[in-house]
Amino acid sequence: MSNSHPTGRGAASAGSMEFSTESKVDAKAMPRVLQRIIGRALRYPGLLAFAILCTLGSSLASLALPRLFGRAVDQAHHLLMNAGTAPDAARKALWISAGLIIAATMLRGLLTMLSGYYGEFVSQKVGLDLRVEFFRQLQRLPFGFHDRIHSGDLITRGMLDLEGARMFVQGGMMMVLSLALLLVFAGWQMLRTDMTMGLIGLAFVPVAAGALGRMGFLLRVTWLKFQELMAILTLTMEENLQGIRVVRAFAGKTFELMKFDRASIDALLYSFNRITLRLRAVAIMQVSFNASMAGIIWYGGHKVASGTMTVGTLTSYLGYMSLLQGPVRQIAMIFNSAARATSSGGRLFEILDLVPEITDRPGAPPLKPGVGVLAFEHVDFGYAPGGKTILSDISFEVRPGRTLGIVGPPGSGKSTLANLIPRFYDVTGGKITIDGVNIRHVTLASLREFVGLVQQEAFLFDSSIGHNIAYADPWAEEDRIVEAARVAHIHDHVAGLPETYETRIGERGVALSGGQRQRMSIARGVVPGPGIMVFDDSTAAIDAVTERRVRDALSRATATKATLIIAHRLSSLMHADEIIVLDEGRIVERGDHASLLAKGGVYADLYELQSRSDTTATLDDDAPTEGPA
Amino acid sequence: MTQAQKRKSPRASLGSSEGDDIFGTFDVAIARRFLGYLEPHRKTLLAAQAAVLISAGCQVLIPKLTGDAVRHAVNHQIGALDQTLMAFGLAAGAYALFFFIGEFLSSRLAQQVIFDIRRAMFSHFQDVSLSFMDKTHVGRIMARLQGDVNALQEFLDTMNGAVGDAVTLIGITVVLLSTDLKLGLLTLTVLPALIAVRAVWLPYSKRSFRQARDASSSTNSALAENINGIRTVQETRREAMNFDLYKVKAEENFRAQNAASWMTQIMVPTVDILTGLAIAVVVVVGGQAVLGGTMDVGVMVTFILYVQRFFEPVRLLSMQYTIMQRAMAAGHRIFEVIDVPVTIADKPDAIVLKDAPATVEFRNVTFGYDPARPILHDINLIVRPKEVVALVGPTGSGKTSIIALTHRFYEVDKGQVLVGGHDVRDISLDSLGKTIGMVLQEPFLFTGTIEQNIRYNTDATRDRIIEAAKAVSAHDFIMRLPEGYDTPLGQRGRNISMGQRQLISFARALVADPQILILDEATANIDSFTEMAIQKALKVLFAGRTCMVIAHRLATIRDADRIVVLQQGRILEQGSHDVLMQTGGLYSHLYTSAHASFDDQVVAVTGDAEFATRT
Repeated sequence: MSNSHPTGRGAASAGSMEFSTESKVDAKAMPRVLQRIIGRALRYPGLLAFAILCTLGSSLASLALPRLFGRAVDQAHHLLMNAGTAPDAARKALWISAGLIIAATMLRGLLTMLSGYYGEFVSQKVGLDLRVEFFRQLQRLPFGFHDRIHSGDLITRGMLDLEGARMFVQGGMMMVLSLALLLVFAGWQMLRTDMTMGLIGLAFVPVAAGALGRMGFLLRVTWLKFQELMAILTLTMEENLQGIRVVRAFAGKTFELMKFDRASIDALLYSFNRITLRLRAVAIMQVSFNASMAGIIWYGGHKVASGTMTVGTLTSYLGYMSLLQGPVRQIAMIFNSAARATSSGGRLFEILDLVPEITDRPGAPPLKPGVGVLAFEHVDFGYAPGGKTILSDISFEVRPGRTLGIVGPPGSGKSTLANLIPRFYDVTGGKITIDGVNIRHVTLASLREFVGLVQQEAFLFDSSIGHNIAYADPWAEEDRIVEAARVAHIHDHVAGLPETYETRIGERGVALSGGQRQRMSIARGVVPGPGIMVFDDSTAAIDAVTERRVRDALSRATATKATLIIAHRLSSLMHADEIIVLDEGRIVERGDHASLLAKGGVYADLYELQSRSDTTATLDDDAPTEGPA
Repeated sequence: MTQAQKRKSPRASLGSSEGDDIFGTFDVAIARRFLGYLEPHRKTLLAAQAAVLISAGCQVLIPKLTGDAVRHAVNHQIGALDQTLMAFGLAAGAYALFFFIGEFLSSRLAQQVIFDIRRAMFSHFQDVSLSFMDKTHVGRIMARLQGDVNALQEFLDTMNGAVGDAVTLIGITVVLLSTDLKLGLLTLTVLPALIAVRAVWLPYSKRSFRQARDASSSTNSALAENINGIRTVQETRREAMNFDLYKVKAEENFRAQNAASWMTQIMVPTVDILTGLAIAVVVVVGGQAVLGGTMDVGVMVTFILYVQRFFEPVRLLSMQYTIMQRAMAAGHRIFEVIDVPVTIADKPDAIVLKDAPATVEFRNVTFGYDPARPILHDINLIVRPKEVVALVGPTGSGKTSIIALTHRFYEVDKGQVLVGGHDVRDISLDSLGKTIGMVLQEPFLFTGTIEQNIRYNTDATRDRIIEAAKAVSAHDFIMRLPEGYDTPLGQRGRNISMGQRQLISFARALVADPQILILDEATANIDSFTEMAIQKALKVLFAGRTCMVIAHRLATIRDADRIVVLQQGRILEQGSHDVLMQTGGLYSHLYTSAHASFDDQVVAVTGDAEFATRT
């Protein structure tokens, strides 16, 4: 479910760190990145060595074949020339040659298979390792990181980039190896038998390799450019479909088709470029190869005609040539793979190399579950060091059974404050304590278990209602889930659904209204029974009456806990024991409802504004805000 | 339900996967429709085919010429050798040239056709009824526009080559048989063996590849889910459990990928061994014929060269077969979309509204998204020029259906909707869209700058845009943004607040300057500060226009000229605020209690829910 989530409003401007987008191939980074990928393959030395040995064996078996062909041709031809001498022996020799050919092809086939399989096996092993590491790393990286980098980008890295890096093991590294082995052995054989003819035969290799290598690299570069254009096209189509009502309402069909055409024609032209690029290199390869072939036939043919070379030798050269043709063709793929692995691997390692900023101190003890007194002591916060200050000098204390309300205009730092309590961000000054213990001195897991934060925008997973409510405690018993749902006033609704708690929500299930989603999220927050409850504007989409009922139920359920309520709707928090008014990250007023009204300051103005404009009262319920995400 | 029971396993899962079937069977109807898209490019296609045929012919000829050259060399015929070499050079040159031409033309053609098909689909989505769009998830449509179209492209890309491969295969057979019938027949016996092996292998490999694909998409979906919900994951400390769930999937994927790789590799020795057998036949049988003087040694060389080339076209053709199956499955889904009938279209002589009075009228309108369950029953309503009408009523009362019908998003089941005195079915859709402006509850903004969003499809100048923004009190906050009107909006305008998005959508409506305005008031949480601006802006928008407003704010309702109270698809009462208060009906009841808690309605994805919730 592609749900929107508060990206720490205000954090957007704090993107001090730039993350690379894949749009070019950095040739300078190539050795460094490829080395790291190879390093990962080397973690499986046994399997890798076996795959390499098989490659070596299959190269040798391949090489034997042209010699065997040549020998067979010579046997037949030679014996014909010296007709009459022991035809039985000659026949026998042919049978032996045939047997050897079968044995050699069999050996080559089996070894190629094994080398291919085990090369791929290592490559998949590397992929598995990277996958698991990437997943673990993303879970460890704090909110600050996830604010800076778009979720779609991370998904791309974990899917496509990971594949690109992994595939280099088989498609690059192993292929280079087998190509090199074949070239060296065949070249040596060809040059050893007849230097001139060998040189003629091998002449096509550098020409073709140059053209194909360049093409492989360029194809990658243009591919990235093409992808960029396709991404624009995709965006155009996707937004058109998502906003189809706006398009229809404004009679925008022609306009939208124009946008589509503009994006697609660019992409089309680029794909035409790619075709030309590819075919040019392939044509160079074919012409140079056939030129070498012609050279061999001409040179060898004349030598055979003049009797200075046997026809079998010529045949073996023709065999070597067809042996080389395939692997040389693959040079393009190798270069492409190396270029892809460089940019993909670079983007992947960029994430894996990050050191999570928020971690447990060495030897940090877990938070001892106490009564749960939450205190802020002169807390300052800014998303980027030296950047804009979001909160400054915030101090308060909430005791068990008491409620603190926080109110303020958008951008005043309310949500940020909430996110500091479970340490999704670390304070930049002052400290936050629970029962007198600095939250930075205890383990993250125990802290987050103790603090229950219900966010404004409820992210629900594409699974059943029960799974979602029990998300924080999948082992929770049925009655605890039902109890939480009752507190959040969602149970009656769920009970009315055909499959009650097993009902699936999201893309392939029922959709919930904005208010229902928030109530689900409240139920989820209640299940684990946290020691401190923090509600970050988490009832905004619930209608006023239902909200009051939820509040009443909540205050009964959490009567002994410290509670923090953040809201912009004053009716949500006016019964709090203390209310803090935030503006531009500072506390401008504090007190209870009555005393703040009496003061006639910001709070009183806000109260006046809200009662006048009737925003708190709407004529209907829970307006559905976001449909099925 | 409520009784406690110990759970044996955690209530936990990660990601979900599903996929359309990727393989289909050959379907003449689908193939014929593909050909329809090729029709306009007939000449290019023919030229490409001709070039491919010539290059395939040359490719077949090259080993033959090589063998001939060897024969001449052995027989000391220098002149003939040189002539054959000349021919070799010509054949090789022609091969390269025609290969280039054929591939160039056919690849470009494939790209072009793919873009044509994609455009046809996209364009079709602009015309099909919203009922269809409501039922279909955007993600699924995108999968068709992307994945299915790409599968088709793969097919078209390789189609021309497949013709070449078939010709090559036939050519080789002909050359071998004509060179030496007996040896040719003997050698060719491996061909059926190879085809048989591949035929046995194909279903197994397909199953294995499908499993690999499913495992991979399941793993990726788990990753995506965890990334999208990472904040919730960290809030609820699900890291360890999700890691375990993910690891199981990743390992499953690892096994499935290796199984698929095994399937690919198993064919390698099979082909190699069969090649070896065929060459062994040539060596033994051919060699003995050479020995016996009944065959030239050049022929033996020719055979050895050809046998090594047999298997490539067979392999490529069987690959092409799989690609064809994928394309068939994709084509089926693509045409399914293109065939969705356009139910709401212009009549041939559709009216263009000009100087018509800005009125809206409903005459005995009955309507339901599912005709069996009507949402509106026999509605009669007249909105006069420059009148502001507020539609009020609980969720599901039919407010949104009324505004949707006014814009002819759906067709009525009974009765008539008239705009400017004409039945909306007689008015051209384009003209209707220009007469009626609409502001949706969820302001939808496009990627692009603020200026582009306000302008949308009009040709408004920058000044006009600023003027509109000022009128709806959006100018101040826009100027505070880093790049003012040139500030790019992120994904759906996520970088500005909900209220600000609303203001921009107001400015967009103002620039379009419709005679009739339809507005669905936003209820999403808007902070009190922006709320003030919105209320001011609404007054500007309403001025001098015929308006129908689905109102949620009491302020808006009170300011309306007339209030229409709906319940269960019927008009319950209507009149001004004062009149309705005196009547003492539902409205006065709602107003005095200042709130109402109606049933929470489940908005089913495919059901008949209020359309404004779908974005």
